[in-house]
Amino acid sequence: MGKNGSALRAAFKASVPVLLGYVTIGIAFGLLLVKSGQPWWLAAVMSCIVFAGAAQFMAVGLLAAGTSIAEIAVLTFVINARHMVYGLSLLDRYEGCRRFKAYLVFALTDETYGILTTVPPPGDADPEAFYACVSALDQSYWVIGSTLGALAGGLIPFDTKGVDFALTALFIVLLVEQVKTVRRSAPYLVATAASGLALLLAGPGNFLIVAILAAIAGILPFRKALS
Amino acid sequence: MSAYVLGAFLAMAAVTIFCRAAPFLFFMKRRPPAVVDYLQKYIPPMIMTVLVLGSYKGISFARAPYGLPELAAGLVVAALHLWKRNTLVSIFAGTALYMILIRIV
Repeated sequence: MGKNGSALRAAFKASVPVLLGYVTIGIAFGLLLVKSGQPWWLAAVMSCIVFAGAAQFMAVGLLAAGTSIAEIAVLTFVINARHMVYGLSLLDRYEGCRRFKAYLVFALTDETYGILTTVPPPGDADPEAFYACVSALDQSYWVIGSTLGALAGGLIPFDTKGVDFALTALFIVLLVEQVKTVRRSAPYLVATAASGLALLLAGPGNFLIVAILAAIAGILPFRKALS
Repeated sequence: MSAYVLGAFLAMAAVTIFCRAAPFLFFMKRRPPAVVDYLQKYIPPMIMTVLVLGSYKGISFARAPYGLPELAAGLVVAALHLWKRNTLVSIFAGTALYMILIRIV
């Protein structure tokens, strides 16, 4: 219990920014979905089984417009294809995982990926337990937020506008941590150029995947120089 | 729930799981080529860069308040984190500042 307790404590501490972001953004999602005419429990079930924020937001409009299922599948693929790249860079980290591996792979989001690749597991805990706790806590925040929004989104009395900046702040913190560990300028410059390119060439819906693929293509020529 | 919504929901779930599981299934039996080892090292810093820039892409810098709340709060987060390296302090301070700025600017 001591080992698992330490994994859970460390995971909670690392995931507090996600708590702020996911609960508030989840509330917005649940509220929108119900307003578009869907039952409240669909928000909860989607957040449990699909668990992909951007795709879920996109689905609200697509379902309301009666978009074909094939088109919804293709758009979901475009939005979530970046997860393939995330998985590629987690192959080693998840190599030794057994008990929770299937769940770890299922529950991989941008924020969970950021924490797991940047925050080291506490020394006295099983790394897999730490990864599983971060993943499960992050998902629980999202499920709680979206269910709350679907059931009572209109009743929230205080003004939470801007709390979702916590996720931008989390990405900035994780970037600073990366800068402290990976002390080469090439990946940052290549990724910035790739983002600029994606901004010019891609629509807002596929910015991330275009930028990430361009960044990978752009870093390949530096293989000799960086190794 | 109609058959249409159920179908769309199942399609989204299946596609999302496929995206997340594909690399692990593909390299379950074979060793990843050496280039994947190289990429594993540099993908996280590149993705963090893209995610930060992606968070700023929806902001209109040409119209008042010219993205000032986002830029100021973001700089405070980065500076605080470089200085104190305390994740929660950096994020809470930056988010609180942002929430104040969007209400007064």
